[in-house]
Amino acid sequence: MDVLVCIKRVPDTGGAITLTDDGMGVDSRLLGHTVSPHEEAAVELAVQTAKATGGSATVLTVGTDDSIEQLRNAVALGCTSPVLVEVEPDRLGPADVAGMIADVVRRHEERGTSYGLVLLGNDAADTGDFQVGVRLAYELGRPVVTGVSRFEVDGEEVTARVESTDGTDVYRLPAPAVLTVMEGGVEPRYPSVPGRMKAKKAVVETVEPTHEPVGNGRVRLKLPPAPPTRVEILGEGASAAPAVVDLLEKLGVAR
Amino acid sequence: MATVPSSARVVVIGAGIVGNSLVHHLARLGWRDIVQIDKGPLPNPGGSTGHASNFIFPVDHSREITDLTLDSMKQYKEMGVFTESGGFEVARTEERMEELRRRMSSAKAWGIEAELVTPEQVAEKVPFLDPSVIVGAFWTPSVGVVDSLRAGTIMRERALEAGALTVVPNAEVVGLDVEEGRIRRVRTDQGDIEAETVVIACGVWSPRIARMAGAHIPLTPAVHQMISVGPVPVLAEKEGEISFPIVRDMDTFCYERQHGADMEVGSYAHRPILHDPDEIPSIEQSKLSPTELPFTEEDFDPQLEQALELMPEILGDESVEIRYAINGLLSLTPDGAPVLGETPEVKGLWSAAAVWIKEGPGVGRAVAEWMTDGLPEIDLGHSDIARFYPHQRTRSHIRARTSESFNKTYGIVHPGEQWESDRGSRLSPMHADEVARGAVFFETAGWERPHWYESNASLLEEYGDRVMPREHEWDSRWWSPIINAEHLAMRDRAGIVDLTAFAIFDVVGPGAMEAVQRITVAQVDVKVGRVVYTPVLDGRGGFRSDLTVMRLAWDRFRVVTGGAHGMVDKKWFADRMPADGGADNWAAVVDLTSAYTTIGLWGPRARDILGQLTRDDISHEGFGFGTCRDIEVDSLSVLASRISYVGELGWELHLPFEHGAKLWSLLHEAGEQHGAVPVGIGVYGTTGRIEKGYRAYGFELDAERTIIEAGMQRPKVKSADFVGREAYLKQREEQPAAVLCTLTVEDHTSRSGQKRYMLGGEPILSKDGGELLDDHGHRPYVTTAGSAPSLGKHVLMAYLPPSEATVGNELTVSYMEELYPVRVGSVDTTALFDPENERVKS
Repeated sequence: MDVLVCIKRVPDTGGAITLTDDGMGVDSRLLGHTVSPHEEAAVELAVQTAKATGGSATVLTVGTDDSIEQLRNAVALGCTSPVLVEVEPDRLGPADVAGMIADVVRRHEERGTSYGLVLLGNDAADTGDFQVGVRLAYELGRPVVTGVSRFEVDGEEVTARVESTDGTDVYRLPAPAVLTVMEGGVEPRYPSVPGRMKAKKAVVETVEPTHEPVGNGRVRLKLPPAPPTRVEILGEGASAAPAVVDLLEKLGVAR
Repeated sequence: MATVPSSARVVVIGAGIVGNSLVHHLARLGWRDIVQIDKGPLPNPGGSTGHASNFIFPVDHSREITDLTLDSMKQYKEMGVFTESGGFEVARTEERMEELRRRMSSAKAWGIEAELVTPEQVAEKVPFLDPSVIVGAFWTPSVGVVDSLRAGTIMRERALEAGALTVVPNAEVVGLDVEEGRIRRVRTDQGDIEAETVVIACGVWSPRIARMAGAHIPLTPAVHQMISVGPVPVLAEKEGEISFPIVRDMDTFCYERQHGADMEVGSYAHRPILHDPDEIPSIEQSKLSPTELPFTEEDFDPQLEQALELMPEILGDESVEIRYAINGLLSLTPDGAPVLGETPEVKGLWSAAAVWIKEGPGVGRAVAEWMTDGLPEIDLGHSDIARFYPHQRTRSHIRARTSESFNKTYGIVHPGEQWESDRGSRLSPMHADEVARGAVFFETAGWERPHWYESNASLLEEYGDRVMPREHEWDSRWWSPIINAEHLAMRDRAGIVDLTAFAIFDVVGPGAMEAVQRITVAQVDVKVGRVVYTPVLDGRGGFRSDLTVMRLAWDRFRVVTGGAHGMVDKKWFADRMPADGGADNWAAVVDLTSAYTTIGLWGPRARDILGQLTRDDISHEGFGFGTCRDIEVDSLSVLASRISYVGELGWELHLPFEHGAKLWSLLHEAGEQHGAVPVGIGVYGTTGRIEKGYRAYGFELDAERTIIEAGMQRPKVKSADFVGREAYLKQREEQPAAVLCTLTVEDHTSRSGQKRYMLGGEPILSKDGGELLDDHGHRPYVTTAGSAPSLGKHVLMAYLPPSEATVGNELTVSYMEELYPVRVGSVDTTALFDPENERVKS
């Protein structure tokens, strides 16, 4: 099965976030860029699915040519045929992005590549709109499941699992379909050196956006109040070890 | 609520490898009431120590850096945090092999075991390296890795156990208060600390902290890229952190170092990526740490490909992942050396910055010793923060030089190599004329100094083979036979030398004589108009400098010293002026470097030339050697000083900067009929001086050498007290541990038949190539090498074991791994050329 996975270049924030002076974006001068953990999981699932089904994992982003860095990183992990819809992303709203992705899906279809699955992250790390996946499915007239942590493909049938506090919801749906992925179901891989070499050489397909964006209606961003920090001494010396292990397990750092 | 103590004997800012070493050594040397603060948490506050690759290759071309590294290795071993792995520096080209042969010279000179090996020998120890990519390697068995964070903790704990230290992490310095030129207080976000001594050991943040006190620590944060790939099966199956030697892939400026199951690949090949100390992200803003910045892949990709070539088995494995990749920040300085010592701007404010893991504990010890009694055991002359002139502390200069030097980290750097960036900063008044004469400029302390003049190329024909042409490209790089032609023309007729780069300062005031007397070895209670050449010693009787002093008036002494070392000398003098001399005994240092220019005129025709321009009595009787006075030269008033650093009759002519160009042309006009030529620093600094056996500070003379070893003792010692007198008197009673000798190379022919010429730094061995050891346990090496055209010999200077220091003794010098016979020509200051000094005193 051929899979399309969509990613978005976002600032790699590690701690305190600063906004730009106009309040319209995150000040990323000192930050690197990455994709959200949800999208890392989506890329991993796309690569695994392509391998398991003998298909391909195409990676797409909507953004400026800076985003080629994120496309190449996905290629280093096993994706192929990177696609850049070249447009200044700050001008776009979720409907615009969904429309542009849908256009690429249709155009590739005309060229003979039908994506059985389009994967997206559940929500972008910077704007957190939670909308593109659903709008894309609507635009394409395909079924959609959001918040998927794992899925299996069996012929033309997709079984998707959504974890919640109440348990696991299992969805069966026919391909072609759209899934938005939640981190936690798979361990995203790191690139290998040969992967990195391949990524460097990969040819990026650049696509012009097909319609004028309607925009996102954003007035400005506001930082939430800093979460209160609490220091708890777990203990001292060797006797503190069990408490540390419990905490690490709770945080999901150790299993 | 303040969590820092309200006062301290000393505050050490920074808890990286340097700050931690420092608190340990200060405590060991008896300091108490030490407060150490850091903005970050412990044990890894987020500076460069926290992400260092932590490996140590001991061999460096610099003796100072090598000594600091060896001392650090000893300390790491004693703490149990050193793991020996061995290390290869591999060559992909013949040019690099030659550099590795030169590295063998340094290894032998510093007494570090090393050998050149074949690609197969490398592959034997590093089975995953493809030997077909390399042509050979330099093997150092003592290379190893350290745990620098653990070492830091151990050293901090030792100071704590001694009851000497209070450590306050998470305290940010927000200000440094200076009163009357002295540090008084460290202000932090946790409260203020009163202290008379403060050390800035904050690595990449040091310039920012220093500026709070109005001081400068000239360094820049720069990116060093590193990735870690794993798990590598062949590494994972071995126990412990490291079981394979570290590989430095010298031609691609990269290294590969095992770290457990991972292989770390680091690079100095990418474009220089410099940051501003004020714009490093805070701990809160950082994903990893403030000095582990986001990796920029495109800068690293070419290196990755080269690393893949060298270790295809490991790096070509699809299952081996790039698990960690950073743009790590480290500190770079304009001249590559650390920045150590008390800042010249603020009393009591010290710098211990721009230090690598391999030197950390050694620097900690040396700076602690320096702070304790002014006497670090290892000479820190090249690292002294006082060495920088103001223009060398500007951000633009620092950025230009570090951008240029970054890719030289693993580069092949010729000992004579000149900087390309930020040139033309300091021009002498005769610069335009020098350009017209085809001067080839070398830089010292920002000054553009003619090294030789292409206009003298016509002399090559006159002197033929006497200019000792060099056949090999390396030996003749940054060199010209014109230097030797200028030398011979000066000895035959006369040379005119631009000496504007001298640092010049006056010591003035009613207490001037006593103040200078306390600093200099030679007697300066002399008549007005005397010129005194004198060593300057430290309290242990080691050299701090050598310079000349002119007594211009009863209360005015003019000090003339080399440009490179001038600022350090000025600080040494200024620090020793009477603190409370009062109206009758005060003395002060006044810097006149930029007010005066100096032109040297030397050679048998010097008197004829000057005589044409002056009606003053300049006869030998009327203007004796070692005297100075104002004379009229045409319409100019000139301070003429009859001394010589080239062993000829002549004068240093000092005059206000703006008159320099006129005097320069007057001398050339008058000199023409006498065959005078402009002479560059190639003659003044090397050929002229070594024929005369004159020693140079920074080469033959440093804090680890004594007057006796240098053979410069006079029959009597002045009765007045001076710094180092007691030590010097004691040294005079003992046999020296080494003796400075002048040697001549007796045969230059290499195995290939080409003649080779040493450039300095080479080891001196016994006649059959055996190792020599002086009574310090040091190996002799060449401190200066150069042509002696008047003798038709290549001359070397070196400190030999006393038993080898006999005239006529036959030894060898090792150059590029071949032995050449040498002969001892002089075992004291007796010159090989004109030993009776008849020319100077004619």
